[in-house]
Amino acid sequence: MTVESYRIALAGNPNTGKSTLFNLLTGLRQHTGNWPGKTVLRAEGSFTYRSRNFQVIDLPGTYSLYSNSADEETARDYIIFEKPDVTVVVLDATALERNLNLALQVMEMTDRVIVCVNLIDEAKRKGIVVDDRKMAARLGVPVVKISARNQEGVDALLDTVFRMVTGEMKARPVQVRYSAATENKISRLVPRIQSLIGPDVPARWIALRMLDGDRSLLDSLKAHWMSRGKGDGEVEHDISRSV
Amino acid sequence: MVRGKVVPFSDMPEGVSARIVRLDVEGTMRRRLLDLGFIPGAVIEVLRKSPLGDPTAFRVSHTTIALRREESSKIFGEVIGG
Repeated sequence: MTVESYRIALAGNPNTGKSTLFNLLTGLRQHTGNWPGKTVLRAEGSFTYRSRNFQVIDLPGTYSLYSNSADEETARDYIIFEKPDVTVVVLDATALERNLNLALQVMEMTDRVIVCVNLIDEAKRKGIVVDDRKMAARLGVPVVKISARNQEGVDALLDTVFRMVTGEMKARPVQVRYSAATENKISRLVPRIQSLIGPDVPARWIALRMLDGDRSLLDSLKAHWMSRGKGDGEVEHDISRSV
Repeated sequence: MVRGKVVPFSDMPEGVSARIVRLDVEGTMRRRLLDLGFIPGAVIEVLRKSPLGDPTAFRVSHTTIALRREESSKIFGEVIGG
């Protein structure tokens, strides 16, 4: 493809209607396969909006991105290394408490986040009122209510996506503050991570994963930078030493 | 069950609701349980035990999740009803 296209990643818990949204956006313009080296389904599609091309990647449905499984690892690596132009986190309006866990995790990884509250029709039936403005103010990211099933709110979602990819709108995701001891360790690690890997990675998030003893992430980091020709071992060694 | 008593969820009969007090698990399993909504302070209901008593289905923030005794015996809750 010679025409530039924006990449949208869809993240969300299982059963939030993420794939319904994916199908609605891409229609028949989609194809599926496996993620390289993994038995995890990769669904990709495209659409055109305001004469721009958009590529949509339907990430595996997960409760978390802390790599408890191949699914979580795949979704995590895509957001960290492939850096989509925007990540839309699809939430189930009837189970926000559970779903927001993932949203907060994505907000630690990137500031190009839109929270999409789906199944709003079902919530209404159950008497649940979702205050999207209040949510947006508290989270620091745009919040759009939709019902993918009834094709409601999709225009507003696309408009928000468009504004974010074109830089017209910027999100400032609220960051979870941890205990003083943890924050102290984070602030010691962050400059080291930045000087080693550069500004392209969410250093705070990587520091947190390291403090959590996340081996799988270090492995992914190493694999990623080795494939880009960065000295092997070096990254891991230096980072491990600074923990 | 006696209200206010702190017991592992594996020892609670069907129909009991309890507020999680603590998780005696570390590492990825702890992370996993937290991700699923087994968070200190959360109210969990014991929905059903399978015929042989294991696993047990729990109601956690509007979702049903089954745990084996191996996990549920390490989650402690204060009985609040049922």
